[in-house]
Amino acid sequence: MKKRSKLWLTVVPLYVFTLLFVLGPMIYMVVLSFQTRAEVWGVVNEFTLDNYKNIFHPVYLQTFAESFKLAITSTLFIVAIGYPFGYFMAKLSPVWKKRMMLLLMIPFWTSSLIRMYGWIIIFRANGTLDKLLMGLGLTQSPLKLLYTYPAVVVGMVYALLQFMIFAVYSSAEKLDWSLVEAARDLGASPWQAFRTVTLKLTLPGLLSGVILTFIPSMGLFFIADILGGNKVVLVGSLIQDQLMKAHNWPFAAALSVALMIMTTLMIALYKRVTHSEELEGLL
Amino acid sequence: MSETILALRNITKHFGNTQVLRGIDLEVQKGEFVTLLGSSGCGKTTTLRIIAGLETPDSGKVLLAGADVTGAEPNKRDVNTVFQNYALFPHMTVAANIGYSLKLKRADKEVIRREVSQALELVQLTGYEKRLPSELSGGQRQRVAIARALVNKPSVLLLDEPLGALDLQLRRQMQLELKALQKQLGLTFIYITHDQEEALNMSDRIAVMRDGRFEQIGTPAEVYDHPRTSYVARFVGTANVLTGCVAEQKDGVVRMTCAGGCAGAADAGHTFRPGQPLSLAVRSEQVEFTTDPGACGLPATVREKSFAGGMLRIALALQDGTELVASRHGIDIAVEPGDQVRVTWDPAHAVPVDVEAAV
Amino acid sequence: MKNRTFLPNLFLGIVTVIFYLPIVLVVLYSFNENKLTSVWSGFSLKWYQMLFQDKAIFEALGNSIFLGICASVNAAVIGTLGAVGFTRIRSRSKGPVEYLSMLPIMIPEIILGMVFMAFFSLLGLPFGMTTLILSHTVFCIPYVYMLVKARLVGMDPGLVEAARDLGASDVRAFFDVTLPLLAPAIASGMLLSFAMSFDDVIISIFVTGVNVNTLPILIYSQLKVGVTPEINALCTLMLAATILLVALSAVLGRPRRSRHR
Repeated sequence: MKKRSKLWLTVVPLYVFTLLFVLGPMIYMVVLSFQTRAEVWGVVNEFTLDNYKNIFHPVYLQTFAESFKLAITSTLFIVAIGYPFGYFMAKLSPVWKKRMMLLLMIPFWTSSLIRMYGWIIIFRANGTLDKLLMGLGLTQSPLKLLYTYPAVVVGMVYALLQFMIFAVYSSAEKLDWSLVEAARDLGASPWQAFRTVTLKLTLPGLLSGVILTFIPSMGLFFIADILGGNKVVLVGSLIQDQLMKAHNWPFAAALSVALMIMTTLMIALYKRVTHSEELEGLL
Repeated sequence: MSETILALRNITKHFGNTQVLRGIDLEVQKGEFVTLLGSSGCGKTTTLRIIAGLETPDSGKVLLAGADVTGAEPNKRDVNTVFQNYALFPHMTVAANIGYSLKLKRADKEVIRREVSQALELVQLTGYEKRLPSELSGGQRQRVAIARALVNKPSVLLLDEPLGALDLQLRRQMQLELKALQKQLGLTFIYITHDQEEALNMSDRIAVMRDGRFEQIGTPAEVYDHPRTSYVARFVGTANVLTGCVAEQKDGVVRMTCAGGCAGAADAGHTFRPGQPLSLAVRSEQVEFTTDPGACGLPATVREKSFAGGMLRIALALQDGTELVASRHGIDIAVEPGDQVRVTWDPAHAVPVDVEAAV
Repeated sequence: MKNRTFLPNLFLGIVTVIFYLPIVLVVLYSFNENKLTSVWSGFSLKWYQMLFQDKAIFEALGNSIFLGICASVNAAVIGTLGAVGFTRIRSRSKGPVEYLSMLPIMIPEIILGMVFMAFFSLLGLPFGMTTLILSHTVFCIPYVYMLVKARLVGMDPGLVEAARDLGASDVRAFFDVTLPLLAPAIASGMLLSFAMSFDDVIISIFVTGVNVNTLPILIYSQLKVGVTPEINALCTLMLAATILLVALSAVLGRPRRSRHR
């Protein structure tokens, strides 16, 4: 018994921190979402469902829809680029795998804001892209891409692509390529072998990548802010506005709860489909 | 001379719903080499871990040099272990690995250095102090693990299948070295293996374990020549075990009827009633072929002839379907598969088994 | 046969180039004499000069480094102890607590930012460095925890037992065996934590006080009103430091070659 009680000490900090600073705030978020906003500033302890009803207001519903649309669009691009990237990367020689890893790590360690700033330089009127296109004679006048929807999509894809690459890579790396050869040997065409063996076995990585890109893309309000001006409003932007500008905390909490529920559902679905406890390639 | 260094008293242990140890009793004398022999899952490793203090028994006592250490932490016991996979610290050099226990005792640096080099000399690895475990071969790691456990001069050294990962040739060599080391240092060894040959070669006493119990504890000769149970007979030296009914007991020999014939064994001092069920064990090399239909023997059909390890192995089927194996040096046995033969043996070379269980 | 790998490699190459394009541009324009990124008017180091005179940027940089170090050290201690304890403890609350502690890196950051802001004001904690450190620690713990846990899973439990068998107490065995073997995992967890903390905008915006700027907050506010090329210069320097660190860790982290045979 003595041994056990000593061992318990090691997990005490984790318990305290988790209960106090994860569970506590989460509970408060739920409580807050049922409270009433005060006249001017603050919260009144009065039970209401208005905050949730509010979400279904057409204006906000549209924000959710747009946010979803953006997340889906971005995720589709990320899958289209990230899956083959991770897959091909796993097929490189060990030396090149390492080099590629390093090459991907450096942007990862660079400030994401600065990298977004790089895109501002590219998209800005008379910026790099305009100069290139006009120089090639493809366009006559500046495209004015900055502060448009495509610019935000590019920013999202750029910010989140690595997560997909790492997730796919880590499951493709574990893949036993002799299985693919066996499938080919048994008469499968390259496409059939890919579809029935490779894709099946790298599915956890792909799905994990989808979650790791889809979920944050609804919250990364600063990308929509910087590259989209105020033309593109995400659920994240909405929450931020409600908190910082409208000071409607209960509504922000209700929005967060809604986002949280969607997130939890997606993760639960992932666990059900892949039978795994953790997201592939999360680190 | 003989002094009990370690005693286990009625040890039991279960994991979840599995009863792993069902009452283990063992006394080990100082300087003795005791082997726990059994197939995997018989509880031998658990017994060792209980002695080392890495597991706590559900009930029973562990006495070390007379003192009760049942609940003592592993670091408070004068016992060291050579782990099955060696468990060498990968981040420490060979010298640091071996000197670790001395360092914990706050021994002087110079003392540690000297003891380590002595231990290395003992296992013939002088000059390997600065290497990391990853830079050693399997056999060398094995030696370091032994040196690390020896350097502390424990009153009992526990060895958990220490040679299991080595190839056959190296294993033979290490068996000899370990035995010599044990004799030279006068240490008490408790050795785990599932290899009966290893057990027979090295041990002063063998404890054959099965299903959380000791089936038999005795010297290699006792266990090999006079197995008490059919399990021991089969496991140690792969004997044939036949079952039948006692026919008569006379002149120290018991005969029984079985499989359409007659089989005999030395009675080993037991008294048998006619008609009583009986099992006896006879080794394959003792089984002979006879042409005398009057002698006590069994009719059999030759099933198969094969060579294994320089021996001719003849598989036979008795009339009731029981398989019996005979073996011979040399190849000049004039039997072929399908032949009808009659087998017999000198009753002095067969022993009754499971006697207590049958009574 | 060569053709089979040509197209995939070309694809990898192109995507990598696009990956680096924005970064290269930022670096490039840090040497631009002109303030506008649309005009190149010659090579100049004046933004670097101005950068070294800009107190606000250095204060923000200092804050960010301090915050990153505090958060990653906290996370290292809490995460490592937790992972070590949880591999050996069986408890009914283990699963839920583990899930909760991992939650911060699975849910959108905006939710974390929101709940921290609300929760800290409920507790009456003054917004500033304390709240920043607390909230950053929360989302750094999972990185350390998961890396250490993965390492522990691959570790032979016999090693600790061997240390105990050789006479080490529980605590001693932890420091002599477990900790040195976990060190690489803890180090990469801390590095990852530092990077995440150093780069965080969303959560920081919600929990920082009026007087405390972190570098990402500063850059964010500048991005909204107009960036001075000083930021380019700073980013270039940080990138250089990053590359140096990555290169260094690649050299140092190379497994020790067997000197024998």
